[in-house]
Amino acid sequence: MGLSGLEIYKLLPKTNCKECGFPTCLAFAMKLSQKQAELSACPYVSEEAKAALAAASAPPIRLITVGSGDHKIEVGNETVIFRHEKTFYHPPGIFVRVKDTQPLAEVEELAARVDGYSVERVGLNLHLNGIAVENASGQADTFATCVAAVKGKTKLPLILMADDPAAMKAGLAKLDGDNPLIYAAKPENWQAMAALAKEHKVPIVARAPDGDLTALANLTEQITGAGVEDIVLDPGARGFADSLAALTQIRRLALKKNFRPLGYPVITFPGEGAESEAEEAMLAGEHIAKYAGFIVLDHFDPATAYILLTLRLNIYTDPQKPIQVSPGVYEINGPGPDSPLLTTTNFSLTYFSVAGEVDGSGVPSWLLICDSEGMSVLTAWAAGNFDAEVIAKAVKSFGVESKINHRKIVIPGAVAVISGELEEELPGWEVRVGPREAVDIPMYLKNVWN
Amino acid sequence: MPVTVEIPKEKWTGSVREVTLGATAEQGGTRAKTVTVGGETSLPFLHFEGKYPHPPVVAVEIHDNHPDDWSPLLLKAWGDVTRDPAAWARKAEEIGADLIMLRLRGVDSAGTETTAAQAVAVVKAVLGATGLPLIVRGPGQAERDNELLVAVAEAASGERIALGLCEDKNYRTIVAAALAHNQLVIASTPIDVNLAKQLNILISDMNLPLDRVLMDPTTGALGYGLEYSYSVMERLRLAALQGDGMTQQPMICFAGEESWRQKESKVGEGVPAAWGDWYKRAVTWEATTAISLLNSGADIVTLRHPDNVPVVKKAIEKLMAS
Ligand code: B12
Ligand code: SF4
Repeated sequence: MGLSGLEIYKLLPKTNCKECGFPTCLAFAMKLSQKQAELSACPYVSEEAKAALAAASAPPIRLITVGSGDHKIEVGNETVIFRHEKTFYHPPGIFVRVKDTQPLAEVEELAARVDGYSVERVGLNLHLNGIAVENASGQADTFATCVAAVKGKTKLPLILMADDPAAMKAGLAKLDGDNPLIYAAKPENWQAMAALAKEHKVPIVARAPDGDLTALANLTEQITGAGVEDIVLDPGARGFADSLAALTQIRRLALKKNFRPLGYPVITFPGEGAESEAEEAMLAGEHIAKYAGFIVLDHFDPATAYILLTLRLNIYTDPQKPIQVSPGVYEINGPGPDSPLLTTTNFSLTYFSVAGEVDGSGVPSWLLICDSEGMSVLTAWAAGNFDAEVIAKAVKSFGVESKINHRKIVIPGAVAVISGELEEELPGWEVRVGPREAVDIPMYLKNVWN
Repeated sequence: MPVTVEIPKEKWTGSVREVTLGATAEQGGTRAKTVTVGGETSLPFLHFEGKYPHPPVVAVEIHDNHPDDWSPLLLKAWGDVTRDPAAWARKAEEIGADLIMLRLRGVDSAGTETTAAQAVAVVKAVLGATGLPLIVRGPGQAERDNELLVAVAEAASGERIALGLCEDKNYRTIVAAALAHNQLVIASTPIDVNLAKQLNILISDMNLPLDRVLMDPTTGALGYGLEYSYSVMERLRLAALQGDGMTQQPMICFAGEESWRQKESKVGEGVPAAWGDWYKRAVTWEATTAISLLNSGADIVTLRHPDNVPVVKKAIEKLMAS
């Protein structure tokens, strides 16, 4: 674990010059130990102190970057075992595997589809992270051709998978500066693989015999000994239970024991532990929730991709902060003074469910978003953040009355019970109860509203 | 210098309570078999640090009246049986259900309210059609639940049916009925550790033994609150393993109901192409919701799509392989 405030203080200049923005070196040291300050804020810290502090404060799970430019992905640097303890920070990279034994045209087509896949959810654009190219042919030149073909179709990060260092070398030659992840250094070939990683400055996967964490730890020690620091782990476990155990053990060793030899992100291959595509999706889901850093799928399917990206978004959402939108009046499809007015909460999921349907209906509408502290309709209602008073206040404070000629407001069906109270809060208004589910809004707007 | 890895095991002092659903003829019921859940002494499926004496189980959700609001995919998959709860239960047993969860909708398709007598008749028909233990849930409004579930508890006395939902508003009535007729209850609270604990305390204060209480921490579907359920379940399970006696009930999650409510499952047309094939998306949505909840501590998951029953059961079997 990191050093205590006092231990850090001993390494600082102790001149209390305040340039770090804190009144004393001790105050700064305390903030450093709580990870609320950066060492670089002190201009006078010595090189030895820097090294000592860096070593002690290195994250227990190393941050690994794969790829370069806009599409690069960073994983690792996690600090907790359970998301409720703080949050999970770096969502696992989801990759799709192609093999160099597949016809090139097929590989290119798949690469292009993975590259082009994106789906919108709660206003965010979700996409896959890259492609793994496997040297299933055993031929170096076939591999290199395949790698080049994939690279021609995507700027997403790549993982190169080859047992033979010669093939790996040929593949790497096609990706100069692209920072792929190379898979894998095994006990029998690690020297050659580590040398390639060092030469090309790329991260490398260490792969131990199935499930043997001691062997894996010794392997990473050898690799770091050879001067390669950016490592990803493959503990070799492939099934539902053994991979869960391995991923959990590695996470615990890194975070609770600060065990450096296994303080790296883990890569998984759910397709290898599954008998069907449905099983692969479930296992990938398990790996998303339980600590994987990179997940390599054997199948690409939009439905599954959408599901896994949604799950990843759920698990990596900060539990302390629901994703919210700002309260206010939103214009959808260019509304006029006679257009319908609907209201809901400012929880992103709720907002986007409703806004999406109103938009899709084509009916110009006003959408009044109340300040409900980022809660869903019923949650907010139960907590007093979306009741008659809150809605009435929003109507007044956002100047709704000056935008429309009519005095009708549609509330979510789920809170039908508040319509009476809302009519009391808003004299002269007619409160209409809309459908329960957002999906039914288009029909409602077309047929019921007039 | 070679390093050795010592497997990091947590030393838990508590365990989840064992709860048995259903009773055989010898035990005063009519079930062909009983189902026991709970008893685990580790976080989900961590066989290296604790016991997992009973695998989590799959309950198939059936309704007393034809569910016309269900996704067309579900109605197509089940076919005619949705109009006959007994046939539906039999079919569910055939495809591998461990339990049947019968939902009393409260009204029929024409909007006529279900009477207590009708509810009892359906429960009897389902009990007659299957040898599996039952979960019976009311329409979800406290008063109507009381009316129907009390009658059911009495008519099926001794069957160890899990009655739900038992909430802060109506727990007294449901617990009293369970006490009088040897049934179980499902204690339901909205995603909150303290509320869950509190309700278990209130229930045990009424002298219902806690080995007759299942806990519903409230399920959010994938993309619709799953992360909240997931974390509250982890916290409840951690509390249970740390020895907090009032959080040690096995957990039940309504994965099917929640996932099939969502647009992704209900709607096949006019949705983004990136959502992919409707059937695949909807079915996998449910399976992924279920597996995520199993991984955070569910002991019973309820499903709606028949195709997912073998799939989720297979995954559980694999999670149990140590
Ligand atoms: C996740 C969740 C939480 C999260 C909060 C998430 C959030 N940011 O809101 C947490 C864990 C914090 C939480 C807390 C609580 N929750 Co809560 N929660 C849920 C859960 C599981 C999902 C809610 C959700 O995200 N839904 C998805 C969104 C998109 O749904 P939605 O906002 O309703 O929008 C849909 C429709 O309403 C409609 N719609 C929306 N706007 C509009 C507008 C118009 C005009 C129209 C026509 C339609 C429409 O479209 C949307 C899609 O169809 C539900 C149970 C469930 N399975 O649904 C309980 C639930 C909402 N919670 C509940 C309760 C009681 C609470 C608490 C009060 C518990 C407590 N006492 O502590 C607290 C309140 C918070 C507090 N005091 O701080 C109850 C509400 C009971 C009731 N019927 O009143 C529920 C229903 C659970 C239950 N069965 O008891 N909760
Ligand atoms: S800048 Fe450095 S020397 Fe100056 S007070 Fe801060 S920690 Fe001390």
